[in-house]
Amino acid sequence: MQLNDRPYLHWRQGMSIQDVIDERNFIYPKLVVKLNGKLIRKEDYAATLVAEEDDLKIHHLLAGG
Amino acid sequence: MIRICDVKKYHGIPAEELKRMQDAHVELTRITYDHKPIHRGYTDKYLTVDFSRNSIEITDIDPKVKEVFTGGKGYCLRYLWDEVKPSTRWDSPENAITMSPGPLCGVTQYAGTGKTLLCSISPLTDTPFDTNVGGYFGPLLKFSGFDGLTLKGTAKEDVILVIDGNKNTISIETAPLEHEDAHVLGEELTYMYADDENDRKNVAVVCAGSAAKYSNIGMINFTFYDPNRGVVRLKQAGRGGLGRVFRHKNIKALVCKFSGVKADLNDPYDISIINQVGKKYHKEIHDLDNLQNGMRKVGTANILEVMDAYDILPTNNFKFGSHPGIDRFRSTVFIEKYLTQGAADGCWYGCSMACAKAADHFKLKTGPYKGQAVCIDGPEYENGAGLGPNCGIDDPEAILELNFYCDTYGLDTISFGTMTAFIMECYEAGILNKEITGGLELNFGNWEAALEMMHQIARNEGFGQIAGQGVHKMKKIFVEQYGADAQFLEDIGMEQKGLEYSEYNSKESLAQKGGYGLTNKGPQHDEAWLIFMDQVNNQIPTFEDKAEALYYFPMFRTWFGLLGLCKLPWNDIVPANNSETDEPAKVPEHVQNYFDIYYGITGKHLDTPGMLRMSEKVYQFQRIFNIRMGKGLRKNDAIPYRSSGPVTEEEYLSRQERYDGQLVDLVGFTKEQVAAMSLQEKMAETRKYREAEYEKLIDAVYPRRGWNLNGVPTIERVKDLGIDFPEVLEVIEPLQ
Repeated sequence: MQLNDRPYLHWRQGMSIQDVIDERNFIYPKLVVKLNGKLIRKEDYAATLVAEEDDLKIHHLLAGG
Repeated sequence: MIRICDVKKYHGIPAEELKRMQDAHVELTRITYDHKPIHRGYTDKYLTVDFSRNSIEITDIDPKVKEVFTGGKGYCLRYLWDEVKPSTRWDSPENAITMSPGPLCGVTQYAGTGKTLLCSISPLTDTPFDTNVGGYFGPLLKFSGFDGLTLKGTAKEDVILVIDGNKNTISIETAPLEHEDAHVLGEELTYMYADDENDRKNVAVVCAGSAAKYSNIGMINFTFYDPNRGVVRLKQAGRGGLGRVFRHKNIKALVCKFSGVKADLNDPYDISIINQVGKKYHKEIHDLDNLQNGMRKVGTANILEVMDAYDILPTNNFKFGSHPGIDRFRSTVFIEKYLTQGAADGCWYGCSMACAKAADHFKLKTGPYKGQAVCIDGPEYENGAGLGPNCGIDDPEAILELNFYCDTYGLDTISFGTMTAFIMECYEAGILNKEITGGLELNFGNWEAALEMMHQIARNEGFGQIAGQGVHKMKKIFVEQYGADAQFLEDIGMEQKGLEYSEYNSKESLAQKGGYGLTNKGPQHDEAWLIFMDQVNNQIPTFEDKAEALYYFPMFRTWFGLLGLCKLPWNDIVPANNSETDEPAKVPEHVQNYFDIYYGITGKHLDTPGMLRMSEKVYQFQRIFNIRMGKGLRKNDAIPYRSSGPVTEEEYLSRQERYDGQLVDLVGFTKEQVAAMSLQEKMAETRKYREAEYEKLIDAVYPRRGWNLNGVPTIERVKDLGIDFPEVLEVIEPLQ
């Protein structure tokens, strides 16, 4: 699985997007999540599973003061 | 949790005390002036005050200056250029402080529209330095009839400048009895010049503090009166040491008084569009702030724990990116225990973002106000990070007290934090000792010693006299007087161009190294803040991508400073559907809001290319101004290695898995080769790689910005932008 165009070495079967967010400790609230180019809404993070060949992008909308 | 309805109002100042102080004033000069109405955001009038001659002059702003420089920072730089010479330094008589609010400043229907820009030759960098600030002075100055103000010359004794925008008078007066510290002086002058309690909100004061006249990191406070608390609040023109310039001129304060602020004072071309955009934005804040950054609860300090989680929070002089005591000072601690909730904390009318949070009736433990219960503005993120973990401090009350004294003494919290962190590392490395510091045990975490050092700066005594000079000058002192290793200090001293770094650990983001290093004024994050786009999101992986970001964002962000706007409402909240847009990082709907407001005020249409071009004229002019002052070249864009990689073995070992892995993944060694290397060899290879990457970044960024490889804007670019004035060409022609 690719996370932000880098190999994600901690992928495992049955992993959801929310699991990735939790494992990476992505605590910032303003995220833009796309799975294989498709926008995933926050309420669907836990139910959306990530396959080994998937391209997952989790972008933080944080650009400073 | 403390709520505003439960906060007792602060005590004022007895009338007899005010009368005693005011009776001691001697009026040195006074003029009356014709108050030209604002037209489409501009007065087109400029005010110049020469304190050496007690002269006050009002001039028309040249239409060409308006066309090229727009306002705000553009006006500040243009007028400063005309006052100074290449040999001018911060304390030269001809050095000036220029101020300008910008054409959109003073709008009351949108958030973040009360900014004032300031410029002067900095005691830290020896170059023109711009800084921005909230508070009421800038808008009230414009409503009093002026798009800009130059302060020059040196008064013979402490004076104040008083502008009354309703009576249309300007005077210079001595002010011998008022206190120097900002929370007291701001209040004294607000009460003194207000007709009654209701009128206090119409008085804005600009002042520094007792430490500013002794320290290169001196800053300037801008006040606004908070009627809910019954207290004067302080916002800071923090960076660059402009407070020292202000006090060197013996300016004790500026006062601007204007009553009658209303929504159409800027004489907008189309007020309805501004009203519409404002209503839409305020609803966004109302509906979404709780779900996003919580700016209305804790302001920018909401990211303390975020930076810690991503290893970006500067800790122990930027050695590390997280602090083990984060739970003691995370933003929720400030929300639950210290910062008053539910208050209208905007630093200008109409700012529903309301991020200027305050801790009320905080009882001080040290210093001249020990035992007093005061109102503390902040902490903002930078204060929390710089005065806290970067100095190894995790006590929230220590952070608040350091914040308070920085503000009232007129010291830049960011520079104080970074400079104290540097001192603490030098102390722990044995470069400094108790004999040198006069008994101060300046270990990481010793907040009492940090505070005592700050009090010494304000008293101009002891080790505070050395500390107050800033990191750049301390490095030289520590080498020459205490035998420190010069290279080690160059590596760990987190300053560039003379300015202390702001509070983000940039080691793992090459783009942010450029965001700090390839700036006009030094390592402040207000040009480009790219850590997340780069390090976490990996959105700008190539040199070309990074160069494009290091072109777009500095130009985009410069625009706010030309117009008199705050950047925070741009992206500290975003529309609910922002993620569905093509470029969420740019927050397209909010950019369109700004184009709409610009049209609403001026009647002129603007788009992204036009916005960037407007900014670039000023950005390139500032770069050339730096070159004129003897800086602004590639050699001046070099960065300390601490900002780029691990200087010490302790740092490398703390993230060994990461660094070892990068030697394989990025540098090209095999795992076996890395395993066979000594720690010193691994550190040397890491450094060689990271320093080479930064040079490659420069090679990509300079051409994108229209500069040659020595960092000099090309004549072709300058001509294209229409800033090819003879005095500009004279600077760059020999360097093409």
